[in-house]
Amino acid sequence: MKIGALTEVFAGENRVAMTPESALAIQKLGHSCCIQAGAGEKAGFTDAAYAAAGVEVLADAAAVLKAAEVVVKVRGPDADEAKALGKGQTLISFFWPAQNPELLETVKDRGATVVAMDMVPRISRAQKMDALSSMANLAGYRAVIEAANNFGRFFTGQVTAAGKIPPAKVLVVGAGVAGLAAIGASVSLGAVTYAFDVRPEVAEQIESMGAEFVFLDFEEKQDGAATGGYAAPSSPEFREKQLAKFRELAPEMDIVITTALIPGRPAPKLWTEDMVRAMKRGSVIVDLAAERGGNCDLTVPDEKIVTDNGVTIVGYSDFPSRMAAQASSLYSNNIRHMLTDLTPKKDGVIHHNMEDDVIRGATVAHDGAVTYPPPPPKVQAIAAAKPKEKAKELTPEERKAKELAAFKKQTQTQVGMLAGGGLLLALVGLYAPASFMSHFIVFALACFVGFQVIWNVSHSLHTPLMAITNAISGIIVLGALLQIGSGNFFVLIFATVSVLIATINIVGGFLVTRRMLAMFQKS
Amino acid sequence: MSIGLTQGAYIAAAVLFILALGGLSGQESAKRAVWYGIVGMGIAVVATIFGPEVSLGFFSGLFLIAALAGGAFLGWKAATMVQMTEMPQMVAALHSFVGLAAVFIGLNAHIEAARVLGMDEAARQALAGFGAVLAHKTPVEFNILRVEVFLGIFIGAVTFTGSVVAFGKLAGKIDGKAKQLQGGHLLNAGAALLSVLMLVFYLQSASIFPLFLMTALAFFIGYHLIMGIGGADMPVVVSMLNSYSGWAAAAIGFTLGNDLLIVTGALVGSSGAILSYIMCKAMNRSFISVILGGFGNTTGPAMEIAGEQIAIDADGVAAALNDADSVIIVPGYGMAVAQAQQSVSELTRKLRARGKTVRFAIHPVAGRLPGHMNVLLAEAKVPYDIVLEMDEINDDFPSTDVAIVIGSNDIVNPAAQEDPNSPIAGMPVLEVWKAKQVFVSKRGQGTGYSGIENPLFYKDNTRMFYGDAKKSLDALIPMID
Repeated sequence: MKIGALTEVFAGENRVAMTPESALAIQKLGHSCCIQAGAGEKAGFTDAAYAAAGVEVLADAAAVLKAAEVVVKVRGPDADEAKALGKGQTLISFFWPAQNPELLETVKDRGATVVAMDMVPRISRAQKMDALSSMANLAGYRAVIEAANNFGRFFTGQVTAAGKIPPAKVLVVGAGVAGLAAIGASVSLGAVTYAFDVRPEVAEQIESMGAEFVFLDFEEKQDGAATGGYAAPSSPEFREKQLAKFRELAPEMDIVITTALIPGRPAPKLWTEDMVRAMKRGSVIVDLAAERGGNCDLTVPDEKIVTDNGVTIVGYSDFPSRMAAQASSLYSNNIRHMLTDLTPKKDGVIHHNMEDDVIRGATVAHDGAVTYPPPPPKVQAIAAAKPKEKAKELTPEERKAKELAAFKKQTQTQVGMLAGGGLLLALVGLYAPASFMSHFIVFALACFVGFQVIWNVSHSLHTPLMAITNAISGIIVLGALLQIGSGNFFVLIFATVSVLIATINIVGGFLVTRRMLAMFQKS
Repeated sequence: MSIGLTQGAYIAAAVLFILALGGLSGQESAKRAVWYGIVGMGIAVVATIFGPEVSLGFFSGLFLIAALAGGAFLGWKAATMVQMTEMPQMVAALHSFVGLAAVFIGLNAHIEAARVLGMDEAARQALAGFGAVLAHKTPVEFNILRVEVFLGIFIGAVTFTGSVVAFGKLAGKIDGKAKQLQGGHLLNAGAALLSVLMLVFYLQSASIFPLFLMTALAFFIGYHLIMGIGGADMPVVVSMLNSYSGWAAAAIGFTLGNDLLIVTGALVGSSGAILSYIMCKAMNRSFISVILGGFGNTTGPAMEIAGEQIAIDADGVAAALNDADSVIIVPGYGMAVAQAQQSVSELTRKLRARGKTVRFAIHPVAGRLPGHMNVLLAEAKVPYDIVLEMDEINDDFPSTDVAIVIGSNDIVNPAAQEDPNSPIAGMPVLEVWKAKQVFVSKRGQGTGYSGIENPLFYKDNTRMFYGDAKKSLDALIPMID
């Protein structure tokens, strides 16, 4: 089939949905490719490069729409583009069906199929086509770069001959893909980075990126798995607590990057006006949620403003587009993976399998019908969290009592064993002659020493331990040595055989122990 | 050499032995510790040969030198020829020698005692060495001596046949399955009871006949006891026989009135006993139930396992390993059987060279000998500081990308935690299924030694990498980049 990419018409959009590289991969699936002339210009891909990759360069959008059976784009179609789609034609792009119901009606009426890249379900198998994540990753990185650009100081702390420079303090709100990418970029620039998220289970991920998790002491029953790993709206009490924490942090922070989004809702207001007022002059706020209203009260979408108290608020919504070359190659790969799933036999024939969780989830219009919202996927994105069993906190008194009981019990067993052992020894001593007792004392002490010493042997050395005890149990050779001088013939023969095999034991045991121990090496 | 000097040498030897065992607490100090043992043994043997209690004639001297030289040669040969995977057999074989020596020395003691008792006063005075010790004994002491002789031979004989059977099972010369004659443990109990009767008979008659009969009975007990224990319980069996060989030496020490023998025997005996205890604890089973053989009875039907085993090829494993940051490898007996430790080491080296964290998780009863896996990995030059015990690493599985199970089964069986009716319920296991992905290298779809299904193989995050462990890994290694 023919896959065609259109030039983006949205103002300021620099990305393109097909790169020469992705075109080569798509052709391997048995498809052919075409592209509108100049589509990749702003992302740094020339028409010549496309042509070299075997892509047919067509003069205008109409030509592409006419030639291609599958149209790929970055931004969702505008009204004109939607009307231009024909029956049976497939469009793959961002679509936001929940926000654009009229657009959805239009494409349905045209009989076109729409695969919305923003609707790809969040399951492991679909990660390779998760364009939201790949774009969010870029946005997070770029947010830090924008912040650094507008921030008048170093990120990293230094002590120089000209004076001491404190490190910048960065707070990242919302540790989704974008938040984590921002944390990574900020930490690697050397800033002291803090991060907050309403999902306590991401604390580990935050810490793994090198940031400090801002801990909120709040008990709330929310299972991240139920929402497919996204955040859900939080309760008013929780929100209050959260804002109080932010208010406390605001005067200290040099840079605040907010990335909090809840699927299908306007962005939650987390950074209120009074917090902005409390911040130091020269501080920077980058609001990655600007497109959806912004996390900060003062954010102006698509603009950079400076408040009266000198705080810069960056409200750009086109961070990925500002890194168009990188963003295009990632996005075109997402598209390419989607096409791979749509072409299971790699024979250039699109098979739109509505039984497939990923394809079903992403398809919002098909065969003249609206197929949004999709049924819940059959595969759970994340295993449901098991209810945590909380160990009962013991009061100091209880703990004390418990320790005392344990100590008493230990004393009891030890004293009991000592008394029992003593009684046994007394019994033996009552009947046995002195010569036996002297040997018996040695025996009992040796057992005791043995028990004390062996407990300390490292687990990994148990085999060498067996080999060396084997060798020293060859000490039985002494018995044979004592008897070998006897006049009796049988005794001589038996003793000789005993010396022979006991010596095998001694020599073999020690040598093999040495061999083994020599092998243990430290890395 | 005077008797005082010999005793002094014995004390030195005993101290050196204790230091040798104590030194095994760390890999580095162990290298020194083994020399303590060797020096201690040298001092003990030399002090005894040149001591006042040994009187050597021409023939006995010749025999002694021949036996020492022959034994040393055979021991050296065995120690240098043995493969590290054959260590369990070697250890079992060495145990049998101590047992057999104890039997012979016990019989000798009896013959000597009978000879001394038959002499008149004048001849007794002329005796030297062990005979002289015997000559000064009172009738009560002779009775004690007989009990000691009896015990020494009994323990020695059980150790001997038991170790021979264990050797056969470990070397694959005897079928590893638990097998018992008709009558089972009643036979053992009967034989033990008969032995006690023989002791009474022996004390009454002081003839050698009951000794021989008892030796035969003890041989049978050793054979039958170990035949009834299956292959996976061998770590316990070998440690137990290790302990027995020590007790046999101690009993002989009592017979001969030699303190060094008593001390050393007791050290070895307690060492083996502790090892057996540790092994049993690692399987959550009582010592008695292991010795009596077989797994405990189940109390209900085993949990149903849903799902299927999904196979994967080397490409898939390689891709997952290339993406992983942290890897934990869980080796088991299967790795030893396939001689795959070198390949495992090579894989580890390659993964580590690419900056991935690779660690090994060792279950206490993995393999057929306590610490078996550690030795194999050390042989393959896997650094010991990345080889960790179960308790050290079990909590790290949830944060691990890939866990690779190589030839182990029961020690990674989640049924031990999840299914109260499972025969291995309550046994501590390595929680590999908590890793993000698990690969199981396994020859086929069979069950482990215990014959129980392993739900791990059916889990969503588990993929089965069928085939001989060594071949599978060798196919995998070139794909790691």
